[in-house]
Amino acid sequence: MIMRESIVMKIHYGTALGAVFLVAIHIMMRMTMDFHDSLQYENVLANYEMIGYAILLELILILISVHGFNGLRVILLEMRQGQSYEKGVTYGCIAAMVALVAYGSRTIIMASMGMV
Amino acid sequence: MSAVHPKISEEKSQTIVSSTKSVTLRIKRSNPEISSEEKFDQFIVPIEKWTTVLDALLDAKSHLDHSIGIRYSCRQASCGSCGMKINGKPALACFTKISELNSNEITVEPMDNFPVVRDLVVNFTRLINNHKKIMPYVIREDSEIVPGTGVREILQTPEDVEKYIQFSSCIKCGLCNSACPTMAMDTTFVGPQALAQAYRYIADTRDKGKKNRLQIIDESHGIWRCHAAGSCSQVCPKGVDPAMGIQMLRSYLLGIRD
Repeated sequence: MIMRESIVMKIHYGTALGAVFLVAIHIMMRMTMDFHDSLQYENVLANYEMIGYAILLELILILISVHGFNGLRVILLEMRQGQSYEKGVTYGCIAAMVALVAYGSRTIIMASMGMV
Repeated sequence: MSAVHPKISEEKSQTIVSSTKSVTLRIKRSNPEISSEEKFDQFIVPIEKWTTVLDALLDAKSHLDHSIGIRYSCRQASCGSCGMKINGKPALACFTKISELNSNEITVEPMDNFPVVRDLVVNFTRLINNHKKIMPYVIREDSEIVPGTGVREILQTPEDVEKYIQFSSCIKCGLCNSACPTMAMDTTFVGPQALAQAYRYIADTRDKGKKNRLQIIDESHGIWRCHAAGSCSQVCPKGVDPAMGIQMLRSYLLGIRD
């Protein structure tokens, strides 16, 4: 099923706004302690173990992946045209997005369950 | 490669002889049917305060080189035939006074984003096809012509007319498409001219084709590929604002406006 471009762009704008909001929270969380300390290995792992923070990171991952890969699709569609090329770009971007979300989710889940 | 052409014709110039000023006209010459070679030819033409680029081109064509390829008709910015790039900017040759260019050298080239037919003449097929695609006419079930009783009026208030009137000034000159950065990259983009016309009919209270038109422009090479550069509105010789029309259409598609 082909999704109308206006639906795709609503998702594009929505994910951008959502990502800006959540990344702002993510940055503010860095300010709860000294910036250098917040990036220490133990502190980063401790963040992942907070379920609320892990959900926040997962949401950021999904929003940025959807927004970024749709943006890439749009750029590639403007660079070249052709039915098979456009189909390849669209499905390629969806596949890359799914792969990135899956890999990122795996990291978040493993870290939040203390498996690293 | 460029060459300065001497006067080759004995015919008298139409330009008033009292003229003391002249400009160098650099014309981009090409004929893709014969070869891919492109060159600039230079012509020195006399000018007056009121001389337009079209006047100068026609002067050069009449007296210096009959083979200059140029399309024109009305000479009063009504037909949209003489669009070209003048000193790098898309403009109508008949609507551009040389005195306003503040330059002794005028470079004229065919419009960007159109295939060149010859010299300054470009092919309008893509523009016309995209214009036709958005159904540029009022769509409604009934008609102003009523069988038996004659003609009736479909009334509009001045406010209703205000919503679309500027967009109905479009003369299909193609300058907006020529200035559009997306048109330069995306060979299937519908273009600012067609999008502005889609808005012209959607905003018309007599029209009932809004849903169909929005569907036509809501595709992967439709309205969403506009980057809102605004260059289309800057170059329009008739004061149409396609960039604004595009934003209005987007607001319909995003559900911000009904």
